[in-house]
Amino acid sequence: MGIFQAYKMAIKSIKSNKVRSFLTMLGVIIGVAAVIMAVALAQGSTVSITEQISSLGTELITVRVTPFNTNRDITWEDFQDFADDNSDVFSAMSPLISSQTTVKSGISTNTVDTTINGTTADYEMIKKQGVQEGRYIGDIDIDFRQPIAVIGTYTAAELFGQEEAVGKTIKLQNRLFTVVGVLTELEGGNQGTVDDQIIIPLSTAQRVLRNTRITNYSFLASSADAVDQAIEKLKSYLLEIYGDESMYRVQNAEQMLETLDSVTGTMMTVLGGIAAISLLVGGIGIMNIMLVSVTERTREIGIRKAIGAKRKNILTQFLIEALIITGIGGIAGLLLGCAAIWTLGRLGVVPSVYSPFWMVFSFGISLLVGVIFGMFPANKAASLNPIAALRHE
Amino acid sequence: MIQTDHLTKHYQMGDNIVKALDDVTLHIPKGSFVSIVGPSGSGKSTLMNQLGCLDIPTSGHYRLDGIEVSTMNDNQLAEIRNQKIGFVFQGFDLISKLTAIENVELPLIYAGVGSRQREMRAKEALDKVGLSERIHHIPAELSGGQQQRVAIARALITNPPLILADEPTGNLDSHSGQEIMGLFKSLYQNGNTIVIITHDEHIAEQAQRILRILDGRIVEDREVS
Repeated sequence: MGIFQAYKMAIKSIKSNKVRSFLTMLGVIIGVAAVIMAVALAQGSTVSITEQISSLGTELITVRVTPFNTNRDITWEDFQDFADDNSDVFSAMSPLISSQTTVKSGISTNTVDTTINGTTADYEMIKKQGVQEGRYIGDIDIDFRQPIAVIGTYTAAELFGQEEAVGKTIKLQNRLFTVVGVLTELEGGNQGTVDDQIIIPLSTAQRVLRNTRITNYSFLASSADAVDQAIEKLKSYLLEIYGDESMYRVQNAEQMLETLDSVTGTMMTVLGGIAAISLLVGGIGIMNIMLVSVTERTREIGIRKAIGAKRKNILTQFLIEALIITGIGGIAGLLLGCAAIWTLGRLGVVPSVYSPFWMVFSFGISLLVGVIFGMFPANKAASLNPIAALRHE
Repeated sequence: MIQTDHLTKHYQMGDNIVKALDDVTLHIPKGSFVSIVGPSGSGKSTLMNQLGCLDIPTSGHYRLDGIEVSTMNDNQLAEIRNQKIGFVFQGFDLISKLTAIENVELPLIYAGVGSRQREMRAKEALDKVGLSERIHHIPAELSGGQQQRVAIARALITNPPLILADEPTGNLDSHSGQEIMGLFKSLYQNGNTIVIITHDEHIAEQAQRILRILDGRIVEDREVS
């Protein structure tokens, strides 16, 4: 008897008990769908976080220093000098003071809550965001504490509507600023993005925001290859100044991605574990139903044995039945999972990521579950004594 | 054809050993029509299991169609059953979700015969039992007599040297039962070897030879005139 015959017999038996077969499959369907959805969620959120980190560029190195260190605090000019002295590995440096505040239009009653960033001219290069109209802040604006501002397209639209923003004034902490430029739109002019901010000269910001202490510095390495060396130099410079590693933190997109990788790894392990348990439960369901089915079909097994079925014929028949149930369940689970991933992608919850590896893997696992949990009932069926089986009512 | 030598089967029942078959020696030549008759508990089911190669004896020998069966393992017995024996049971014992022709084909599936030949031979067998009309019906759609005909067709399909029927008319009304017996008679006339196990004297009398069994022993062996 060939596999094809066993397959036909199994299909027949599955078809003759459609509802029960479906309920048996349900465990596998949910298990497989859970696996690929869990993986897709983990990978999808990783993709969107990675995109955000990568958009900063891997050459970007950020330094945060603890404020209120009166003895050894250094000024941003010291960092500027340090970067200039090491121009072989650093191509730009800018300090940053940030604050959330309400800004008023100088010509109407329009207001907007936005982020004020006080920085230097290098910020343009570091953030890779120039101007689409007017000009960026320059070194001279910092030297003379100019009350000027470069604003994002979202901010411009909120304050001035369709009108030309360059040349207009805005009111910030009761001081008037002249808009000298509009930042190039990078993220669709949406709220909460880089298109929703106001950039003013660092020195002006320190006065207006009443904040002279700078805790945030951005460095741009001259190339991706120079990043490691740049970080090393920065760290030894900082250690020399602060004498205590806990006083500062040096971060790089590359390192953040590595951290993210290990977080994702942990997340996948946890989700994978949960999904594996659901597949296990599905497998136990299969075993349960198959055992009932063997008992129900004891007489049929007896007849088959009487007319010449060997042990392996019966074993194959029941194993293939388990395999078909898990196989169909696995495919249905894949389709269900993919549909869910697609829907989540369309709704904008997480980007849709279809991972062929995990699809093949979870389908393979579901077949394995079929073999493992089908083996016990199949073996029980195959071992039945034909005389006892024929006497079974 | 069938040759048993001091065939003995013991069962352990608690502390007691039950001699279900006690030193049975018999010979059934090819082309016979034999009924084995006895009351329940006489050992006739045990004898049928032995003759049907469903079980091996505690001691003694059994040769079927020249082959020593008494020392075979389960797989070898399955093969012998498939090739040498056609079973007909009291409860018809068709597989309920298979159609008549699929039921008849089943022994050939286990014999590894291809589907085209299976279908041809199944139709032929169903024709022999006079049931070429309803071959695509499932057992539930057939009468008891028709189901038993399907079972006989299934027994015939491998052209086995021995057809072994266990109370073949037990679940049938007397009219259908008579039809089935008529069918066995015509198969006998065509040269098949038929052994019927029954407790019904009236059925037993229709065979050519009667073996009476009591307490595991053959107590009577006579030709029917």
